[in-house]
Amino acid sequence: MACRQLWASRAASYLRISVFHRTFSTVLNNLKYADSHEWVKVDGNSATIGITDHAQDHLGDVVYVELPEVGAAVTQGDGFGAVESVKATSDINSPVSGKVVEINEELSNSPALVNSSPYENGWIIKVELSDNSELNKLMDSEQYSKFCEEEDSKH
Amino acid sequence: MSSVLGKAREGIVPLMKVVRLKGMSILDQLHLEERLLRTSSDNWCLINHGTNSPAIVMGLSGKLSELVETKSVLRDHIPIIRRFTGGGTVVVDNGTIFVTLICNKDAVPNVQPFPRPIMSWSGLLYGKVFEGLADFHLRENDYAFGDRKFGGNAQSITKNRWIHHTSFLWDYQVKNMSYLKLPSKAPKYRLTRDHTDFICRMKEHMPRSEFIERTIKAVGDEFSVSPVSLDSIDIDSVSEYVHTTRLLTEQEIREASILQT
Repeated sequence: MACRQLWASRAASYLRISVFHRTFSTVLNNLKYADSHEWVKVDGNSATIGITDHAQDHLGDVVYVELPEVGAAVTQGDGFGAVESVKATSDINSPVSGKVVEINEELSNSPALVNSSPYENGWIIKVELSDNSELNKLMDSEQYSKFCEEEDSKH
Repeated sequence: MSSVLGKAREGIVPLMKVVRLKGMSILDQLHLEERLLRTSSDNWCLINHGTNSPAIVMGLSGKLSELVETKSVLRDHIPIIRRFTGGGTVVVDNGTIFVTLICNKDAVPNVQPFPRPIMSWSGLLYGKVFEGLADFHLRENDYAFGDRKFGGNAQSITKNRWIHHTSFLWDYQVKNMSYLKLPSKAPKYRLTRDHTDFICRMKEHMPRSEFIERTIKAVGDEFSVSPVSLDSIDIDSVSEYVHTTRLLTEQEIREASILQT
C-alpha cells in the first residue's frame, strides 16, 4: 500500500496532478478554478472552460449538456449552459467574461465525456477573454483542492 | 420542533413562504417556479392540488418520439410541456398533487447543492410525513409505498439556489397513463412491470388534507413557515422573465409522430 502511494505521488508530481486520497478528485496544477466548480485553461487571450472532476463526481452520470450559441457573451459568475444528471439540471457558470468562440459539439452525442474526461475531451466552451484581470479572482489548484476538502468535510 | 428551537437559539431559522394553490395549470405553475428560482431570494414551498386539464410534462432533455405516444396525443389534443428541470416524463391531471421546494443553498447548509444530497434530504422530509402511516421509501429517485411509485421528482440547481419538485399521484386515470411509452431508462426496482403494476394511488393510503398538513409540518421542522397568497407575489418584477419551460407546438409533435411510424 505504501509503495503504491509513493508511486502514485511520484507519478502525480511528474504529470503535474494533485491527487486527494480522501475524495479521489483530480485537480490539475495549470488551471484556475471557480467556487462553483468550473475550471479555466488560459492561453493568451483564449480560454477553455469545463467542470471539474469534483463536480462531475458529485453530479453523477451526465446525460445531456445544454450549450450556448457561438458568439454568445459570457460573464464571470453567470450561467451559460447546463448539465443534466440524475433528475437534475445544474447550471454551468462561467469563470471568466468574454465571447464564446467554440462549443464542444461532441457533447451532444457523448455527454458522458464530462464524466470520463472532465479536463480534456469533456471541455465545454472556448472563450475569447474580455478582461484577463478577472483571473485574479479565481483559485489556483492548491486553493481549490482545499476548498473541495472543506466543502466535503462540512457534509 | 426541537431542531427549529435549536436553530432559533442560534438566530438562524430560515423563513419559508408557503403558497397553496388549487387547480393552477401546470404550465403556469412551472413558469412561476422558474421565475421564483431565478429571480427571488426567498425560500418557497408551493402546493398545488391538481392541474385544470391533463397534460404531459417532459424533462429538459426528453426526446418526444421516445417518450410519448404522439398519435394518441395529437388525436386527443393533449398539451405537452418541456419543463426547466431534469428527469422523466409524467402525465398530470386534476388527480395530481404538486409539492415544490425552492431553497437557498445556505438555508439548508447540511445539504450539498448536488442532485443526490438534495434527493436524500427530501427523502428524510417525506419520511416524516408518512411516518407511522404508510410504508414509505425513497427508491432510487422515486417516492414509493412498498415498491409502488406514487411520486416522481425533478430538480434544477443554480449557483446559490435549488428547486426540488414532486408530482404526487393522488389519483390517476389509467387511460391517461397510456399516453406515455415505456421509457428506455427505467429505475431498476421497476423490473419489467407495466405502468399499472408499478404505480399506486396516494388516496388509498391517507386523506389529502392530512398529507398536506403533515407536509407543511415536516417543512416547519426545518424552516419558519409563513403562508402567503399567490396575489402577494410581486408580479411586476417577474413579468419580463424569459422562461425555459414551454409548450411544444403541434408541428413538433407531428414531426415526432413521423419518427414513430
